[in-house]
This record gives sequence, C-alpha cells and structure tokens, in this order.
Amino acid sequence: MSRPLLDVSGLTMRFGGLLAVDGVHLSVQPGQIVSMIGPNGAGKTTVFNCLTGFYKPSGGKIVFDGREIQGMPGFKVARRGMIRTFQHVRLFKEMTVVENLLVAQHQHMNTNLLAGLFKTPGYRRSEQEAMERAAYWLDRVELREFANRPANTLAYGQQRRLEIARCMVTQPKLLMLDEPAAGLNPKETDDLKALISELRDEHQITVLLIEHDMKLVMSISDHIVVINQGRPLAAGTPDEIKQNPDVIKAYLGET
Amino acid sequence: MIRSNLKPAVISAVVVAILTGLLLGVRLDQQGTTLGLVGAGPDVYWKIAAAATFLFFFNLFRDQLGALWKGLPGLPKAPAKLTSLGDKPALRRLFWCFMIAAAILWPFLSNRGGTDLGTLVLIYVMLGLGLNIVVGLAGLLDLGYVGFYAVGAYGYALMAMYFDVGFWTGLIIAGCLAALFGFLLGFPVLRLRGDYLAIVTLGFGEIIRILLNNMTWLTNGPNGIGGIPKPTLFGLEFSRRASEGMQTFHEFVGISYNSEHRVIFLYLLALLLVLITLFVINRLLRMPIGRAWEALREDEIACRALGINPTAVKLGAFTIGASFAGFAGCFFAARQGFISPESFTFIESAIILAIVVLGGMGSQIGVILAAIIMTILPEMAREFDEYRMLLFGLMMVLMMIWRPQGLLPMSRPHMELRT
Repeated sequence: MSRPLLDVSGLTMRFGGLLAVDGVHLSVQPGQIVSMIGPNGAGKTTVFNCLTGFYKPSGGKIVFDGREIQGMPGFKVARRGMIRTFQHVRLFKEMTVVENLLVAQHQHMNTNLLAGLFKTPGYRRSEQEAMERAAYWLDRVELREFANRPANTLAYGQQRRLEIARCMVTQPKLLMLDEPAAGLNPKETDDLKALISELRDEHQITVLLIEHDMKLVMSISDHIVVINQGRPLAAGTPDEIKQNPDVIKAYLGET
Repeated sequence: MIRSNLKPAVISAVVVAILTGLLLGVRLDQQGTTLGLVGAGPDVYWKIAAAATFLFFFNLFRDQLGALWKGLPGLPKAPAKLTSLGDKPALRRLFWCFMIAAAILWPFLSNRGGTDLGTLVLIYVMLGLGLNIVVGLAGLLDLGYVGFYAVGAYGYALMAMYFDVGFWTGLIIAGCLAALFGFLLGFPVLRLRGDYLAIVTLGFGEIIRILLNNMTWLTNGPNGIGGIPKPTLFGLEFSRRASEGMQTFHEFVGISYNSEHRVIFLYLLALLLVLITLFVINRLLRMPIGRAWEALREDEIACRALGINPTAVKLGAFTIGASFAGFAGCFFAARQGFISPESFTFIESAIILAIVVLGGMGSQIGVILAAIIMTILPEMAREFDEYRMLLFGLMMVLMMIWRPQGLLPMSRPHMELRT
C-alpha cells in the first residue's frame, strides 16, 4: 500500500469533563472514498473539526500529505489542500454564484495590491484563469445558467452542489463532506452519488465523508469507519461493516 | 382604553409640571449679599402648563396615536427605475462624468466661501470613503478612525517643522505613517469582534489625541503647530510673494495676484485626492481582497475553511482605510496651516461614522451624498448651533426607523460570467 494521504492516530478531543472524541484512528489512502458513520452525537463532526483545524485536538497525531498538522489554524490546513463543507450550507449568500467560486480561489490568485490597481498582465491572467476554473466547475455541477444570480436565490439542492463546486475550485487533495446528502430528495442524492464518484475517478480526488444515508454510504465507500460515543467501533469495507455485530448493536440498540 | 391610560397620563403631567416648575419656574437671584428666590414671568408658567397638558393628552390618547402613526404610509422605497438605471454601465458612467464635471466647475461658479465649504466636504468625503472600507466593506466597527486622521495631519506637520518636508513628499509619508499605525493597531486588535473592537479602537483614537496633547516637547501640546507649508503646484507657490528660491503661481502664469487662486487650487487638489480614492476603492472592490472582505463579512468560518486568512484580510482593510485617513489628515494640515489636538476629538470619529451609516454601508455615492449633507447642514443651520447635536441625533434616529440600510444602499459591482 502506498503512503496514506491522511493518517490519524489516537485523536482525542476533550471539552472540559466531556470526552467527545477518544482515541480515534483513521487512515485514508489517496483516491479512496472513506466514510465516517455513527449514531447522532457520536463525535463525527468533532473529528472533522479537529482535522481541519477548527478545534485544537487535546491529543493525538494527524499526518496529512506527509506533514503533521494538529494544532494548525484552519486556513493553513485548508491551504494544504484539505477542504471541507459544513453540515449546514455555508455559502456567501449575498454574493453571486460565480463570486462564491472566485472567493474560494483567493489563495491561488494574484493578490498583489499594486498589480490589481494597475491591472498588470499577470493580474489579468490570474483573474482569467480563476474565471475559467469557476466556469468549468459550474458546468460540472450544472449551475452555469445561474452563474450571475445571488447564491441565496438557488434551491437547496443547488446550493449543496455549489458548495461542492466551491470546494473543488480550490484544487483540494482531500475533500471532506459533512452530511452532503442531508435534506436532499432521492433523485438529488443519486446525482450527488454520481458526482462524488466522478470526482474520485476523473479528478483523483480523495473524499472523506460523514453521512447518515446508509444506501449512499454503502454504495460508494471504499472504506468505512464507525464511531460510537467518541470511540472507534469498527472499520472495514462496506460488506464487513454490514455484518459487524457491534455496529448493528450500536445502531439498533441491545436486543 | 382611555381609562387605563388615565393614571399614567396624570402622573406624567404632574411630573412635568413639578420638574419644569422647579427648573424653569423659579430662579435664584442675588439681592445684595443674600440669595433670594424669584418667580419667572407669567409666559414661562403658560409654557409649563401647555407642556404638561400636551403630555397629559399625548399619554391619554397614545394608543390611538400609535394606530394613526402605523396608518401613515412609510417612506417610499428607492424608486425601482432609479436602481435599474444604476445597472446600465453607460448611464452610470455618464452620471459619474456629470458629477465630476460639476465638481470641477463648482469653485468657478461659487464664491470663496462656497469653495472653502466644498473643500471641507471633500475632506469628509475622503474620510468617509476611507472608513467605509473598514466599516462598510470589511464590517469592522472602528470608532477611533480620527486617530489615523490625526497621525496623518501631525505626521506632515512635524515633518515640515523639523525636516522641511514639502507637501507632496509629506502626503506620501503621512499616508504610509497612518497605514503603519493602522497595521500596528490592527495586529493585536483584530482578533476581537464587534463591540470589543469598537471599544478598543475608540480607546486608540483617544490615546492618540491625549498623546499629542501631552507630548509638549514634540508636538507643542495644546498650542498646536502653526505655519505648516501650503501645497505647491510643481514648485509654484500660491502666495503674494515667493519665498526664497521659489516662484509664485501668478508670476509664472502672468496674471495679477488673487488670494482666491489658492482657495481654488486647494479645492481642486482635494477633488483630485477624492477621485484617486474613488478609483482605488473601485478597483479594490473588484480585486480578490475586495471579494474576501465581502465574504468575510458574511461568513468568517466558511472563509477559514477555504484557506482565507481572516486576520490578514482584516488587517488589509484596516491598513488601507487608515492610509486614506492619513492622506486626508495631511491635506487638512496643509490647508489649515495650523493644527492642534482639538481638531481630532471623538466627535470627529462619530461624524465620519455617521457619514458612512447615513450614506449606506459600503455605498460610495451614498457616502458622498452623506458627507455633503453632514457638512453643509451644520453650516446652513448656524443659528441653531445649540441644537446641532440634537438635530443630528434626531436625524440618526429617523434614519434608523425609515432607512436602516442608509440613503443609497450599496450596490456592489458584481463579477459577471458571460454565458
């Protein structure tokens, strides 16, 4: 096996007396789709927040792309190529769809003030490239026709797709989706599934997914990690997880 | 309904009668060596009675009045046609050309006083536009903006006093100095948010003023600095007689001396500075940093998740905003020829902030309009001098009720994707 893109060991997060995450380990190979599942309140989103630098983990090691990143501020983690979405849609609502995608490319653009004031060729080229990349991804998520509309005028499903596009224009190495299918209808969920698989197959994107929709999780994941009450419960392929008695117990209760 | 209001109405009338009766109805008068109470004239008593009766009836019928008030139609929203006009770039350009032409022609059509007032307006426009970057675009409430204005003004004045620096060099130095102060203040402060940020910046503005007041050895303290050199036009002075090694404007052009030339020149110079400011801000809005400001104002967490460093972006806004205050301060010092800490009190910050809020956060044309209103109204209402602040407050309250988004709310230039 090649070197994992993301390797988490012994991740612990403590809020006062509450141990929200306790010794989670996780390994994501490049090009894989890995899902994290678990009952409500199991600590999945807390793990996400620790990985992406929104929380400072109380303990454990996070190695991303060969570098330790625990305790790094969120924007630096994001610049290394770990881009996440949130459980709730967090678009820039007043800005237009295409502007949402331009803002996301901030780190790749020529932000030199003087270059911008005098519109140097280098600055123009950087704007042009950003625009083209935005257009490409708008086509991919079928939102091109809404490009110049404020983001809050989109329907909910479209907003979720725009969020994924906004992540993709940053050219991430690891895409982290926090319940992307929440609130989508079955048709939209199928589209989402197709989109995520395409991202992996055509763009070599690695995906880490939190999701409650078991049909979606079981059909696209290469690897599944189950977390219960902050502790790792099981890990394996979808088939292994389906058979695992501990997982069944955690989801259905003692019988 | 009226019955339930009767008791509070009676109480309020009695309170008014007693309070005003004591405050206005009687006064102390010196009679020889002793103090005696003297009643006021009958007209004062009539007024007190009228006020008490008015409040009595107002409170008695307040519910009905409230219903009437609600029945009044609200102030019309900005006409739809006007907003759609703004969308057409050609018309927009034409409008701006017209505005600029009018602004250039103003000093030639108006008298000396009018030109002077125009210059004052332009200084406030510049300050308003600068603060607009910080408050309107980046969403950081800065109550100490006048501190940077003071840094700019004193920066130039001290440079001129100690090192004989001319206006144009001074302008650049003052701008950089103010930007440096903005950067230094912003660095520790920008992790604060909202009210906390407002308090710290408020403190900063006061610290600057008090320092200027007390560092007598450097700044001459409350006596201020005088004799600050006036701006020159390519080395030409605007005075009756040239100082050594210089030439005056009227000699160079070959016209007779007229003191109005300088006033007009100062006005045009201020106009130039404002136009540069407008150009820079317009560009900034379309640049990545402008978009980042907007995004940061909307959702800071999403910004961080996308790899935008919030502190750096905010610091950018703070620094750029401060540099414009520095330019304005330098121009102010050069125009007045004399500055003292008196000119940089908190009320100035409040006025500049009021300009931004009144105009509509982030809106540039709104800020210009508000700066004109806020500078010209007090000049026109000189006779109401004592009530100036009262009117000011009333205006703000009314604005917040009718148009909380400002006179002309911002319509940001959007990047368009051609489909």
